[in-house]
Amino acid sequence: MPENSITPETSAPGFLPERSQSDQRLLDFRRRVTDRLATGFAILMAVLVVAPLLAVFGYLVVRGVGSLNLAFFTRLPVPVGEQGGGVANAIVGSVMILGIASIIGVPWGIGAGIYLAEYGRGSFAAVLRFTADVLNGVPSIVIGIVAYALVVLPQKHFSALSGGVALGIMMIPTITRATEEVLLLVPLAIREAAWGLGVARWRSTLSVTLRTASAGVITAVMLAFARIAGETAPLLFTAFGNQFWNLNPNQPTAALPLQLFVYAISPFDEWHRLAWACALVLIVLIVGAVAAVRLAASHGMMRAS
Amino acid sequence: MRNLAEARLPQKPRTEREDAAQAGRIAPLIPAKASRFADRAFSGAMLFCGLSLLIIVALIVFELVLQSRPSLHAFSWRFFTAKSWDPVSGDFGALPFIYGTIVSSLVALLLAIPLSIGVAVFITEMCPKPVRGTISFLTELLAAIPSVVYGLWAIFVLAPLLRGYVQPWLARYFGWTGLFSGPPFGIGMLASGMILAIMIVPIIASITREVLTAVPQQQREAVLALGATRWEMIRVGVLRNARTGIVGAIILGLGRALGETMAVTMVIGNTPQIAKSLFAPGYTMASVIANEFTEATGDLYLSALVEIGLGLFLVTIVVNILAGLLVWSVTRGMPARARA
Amino acid sequence: MGVGVEVEKLNAWFGATQALYDVAMKVPANHATAVIGPSGCGKSTFVRCLNRMHETVRDARLEGNVRIGSMEVYGNGTSAVEVRRRVGMVFQKPNPFPTMSIYDNVASGLKLNGFHNRRVLDEVVERSLHMAALWDEVKDSLKKKSGASLSGGQQQRLCIARALAVQPEVMLMDEPASALDPISTSKIEELIFQLKEQYTIVIVTHNMQQAARVAEYTGFFLMGKLIEFDKTEKIFTNPSDKRTEDYITGRFG
Repeated sequence: MPENSITPETSAPGFLPERSQSDQRLLDFRRRVTDRLATGFAILMAVLVVAPLLAVFGYLVVRGVGSLNLAFFTRLPVPVGEQGGGVANAIVGSVMILGIASIIGVPWGIGAGIYLAEYGRGSFAAVLRFTADVLNGVPSIVIGIVAYALVVLPQKHFSALSGGVALGIMMIPTITRATEEVLLLVPLAIREAAWGLGVARWRSTLSVTLRTASAGVITAVMLAFARIAGETAPLLFTAFGNQFWNLNPNQPTAALPLQLFVYAISPFDEWHRLAWACALVLIVLIVGAVAAVRLAASHGMMRAS
Repeated sequence: MRNLAEARLPQKPRTEREDAAQAGRIAPLIPAKASRFADRAFSGAMLFCGLSLLIIVALIVFELVLQSRPSLHAFSWRFFTAKSWDPVSGDFGALPFIYGTIVSSLVALLLAIPLSIGVAVFITEMCPKPVRGTISFLTELLAAIPSVVYGLWAIFVLAPLLRGYVQPWLARYFGWTGLFSGPPFGIGMLASGMILAIMIVPIIASITREVLTAVPQQQREAVLALGATRWEMIRVGVLRNARTGIVGAIILGLGRALGETMAVTMVIGNTPQIAKSLFAPGYTMASVIANEFTEATGDLYLSALVEIGLGLFLVTIVVNILAGLLVWSVTRGMPARARA
Repeated sequence: MGVGVEVEKLNAWFGATQALYDVAMKVPANHATAVIGPSGCGKSTFVRCLNRMHETVRDARLEGNVRIGSMEVYGNGTSAVEVRRRVGMVFQKPNPFPTMSIYDNVASGLKLNGFHNRRVLDEVVERSLHMAALWDEVKDSLKKKSGASLSGGQQQRLCIARALAVQPEVMLMDEPASALDPISTSKIEELIFQLKEQYTIVIVTHNMQQAARVAEYTGFFLMGKLIEFDKTEKIFTNPSDKRTEDYITGRFG
């Protein structure tokens, strides 16, 4: 008989201790109950997670929609006590600040993503990737301090430019990682096809590889844009806000989330009403963009991330 | 396929092409020298973009340290243990803010962990197929709502709710713990912890979902074949295998909670104090910077705020690195997807 | 003592695709029965219907009767948990629990079923590892080594021990040695040879020589139908159906 064979004493199964039928039934019952409870708990958690989302949306619509009139979108803020003010300057200001942020963040982020996917090698690329993730985790208010130190201090005044710098920096790591991932999905065969035709590397990277991945890159940019569109903290001491029209990027500028904040913490009912309306506009634009992007992605477009 | 740089451009065809072009047999696409220069310029530009990530982080550290020098000189490390924050007399101590940040984040974690793991388990293991897409979509939408909008909702909906119903109930049944004493303002540590919890649930849930999905199906089948109920299968075959990643997800959520500014600022009460009760107002590191930065008079005041920013930066870096390592060890480098 | 398995008019679907057509088989107690056939013929599906693992796949459907001893597997009052407790399963790719020690792996089924007494667990773990012919190799590192740190063949024997620990009456093995090297394969076959005295074993295999070595009875499946079921000797030397003969002689598959 081989070494590891069954020892004679254990030749029959039935080595588990006997259990009375009622004990067994009780145990089975407890296990079934635990299973049901666990399922119920998980369902409850799912409900509790979805509920605030619906609540936030609901309140925004209920409290905000009434204030969305033409005046809201076209007029400047008016002094407390007067009716009919709007947030036109904040909308325009946000557009300007986000525009500056995109000009800074998008090419830079895509460039870094291209580098990591096409040129980066070994541990250096790993360090860069790690750095991008680190940068992603830096609180937005700290980025605001840095933008303050880099732009506001030397200029000695607040500006849309400094706000754009802060938000642009925040865009970079998100776009970088997402671009890298999408580019890596492009099959090597496509690149080789371009090289085989004698196309220069830089050209093939831009016109062939990047273009193939363009849907994913656009998605990534949109998601990054949506993320910073609602950012307020870094703007508190860079763009600072402005009561009036301002089209000069070198001056303090109003922004929609900033305006929301100011109105929300004020003691005036009229301003609270405006705050709800601002929030509704922000949500529709931002969450709408994110929802559209995710729906499009799930319908088969190349995923960004 | 991490290293496309290795797949080099074949040199030979170009030379043949150049020969052919020179012999007049075919037209050159691009003058060879110019294209080589363009290649180098392009890759140089891309390298610069990549390097700039390092430059930006270095710049952040540099500026934070530079701008907080006056405060660093005046208070050195006692800054982080001193309790009084008195701009008028120039005495700055960051302890109340550290306390506020930690407590609000802890409250948020305590609430968010069961919610996130519960919804993640529900989506990946229990949910019927048609509902699954909707629920996960909604959970991701939660992450898209800006902080300041959460703050608005917290001021006008959550705080009154707490003030009117939740806090009196807590005070009556759990007041003996000392955590729920004092006048129920609505706003305060509890409110900020709760709104933070709602904000970090999507992050923890989405990474948890990823690690749960990464558990191979064979593990689930092995547990089922032993005669386990579905919950037992989830407990032994899925959660147990994914526990490292789940811890990573939680720490990532913590990192996010530590740096969250606007929603917290709007409902925490902005009072630099250390109080045992969760009903009391408090102050966090991020909030004090947000509130007082533009009002800061004098170099010392401003540099004290920047020093708080430096502390916040260091803490979140450490936490995020730790979280990243844990999650990476389970999913092998996919975290960027979940965090975008 | 093992019990027999009786299958009547078994039909199984994955969504709209039918995988099994009117399968009827009487698996005799305390013998090893091999299930052979070309890839995709439904042999794995068949075996997974016996312990209600088929229904764990999304959109999977099943009709027919399966009886283990006197228990109706798909009867109204029978829960899947009950069935799976009486039937042990070993999978193609060894799947020990990586976060648990060897001891905990074997004891996992016992703990789930409510046995927590230390002495009982120790005893059962030791016996199961003996029966799986793994005891001598791991007895010194039972609680120190994780289940996943063993070699492929050892892992599979660990999975067998884990299945045996809950005292099943029927053992289902879905190509248990196909992912293993020849030495581990022969160890596993030896094991099956010894186990079949106390258990009823059904083993899926694409290796006809293995079926001939290990099983007394063999069922040949083709495209979801049971073509022939008989003593192994007869199947391999004098099959009744031409299709069986073609497969045996290697004309296809």
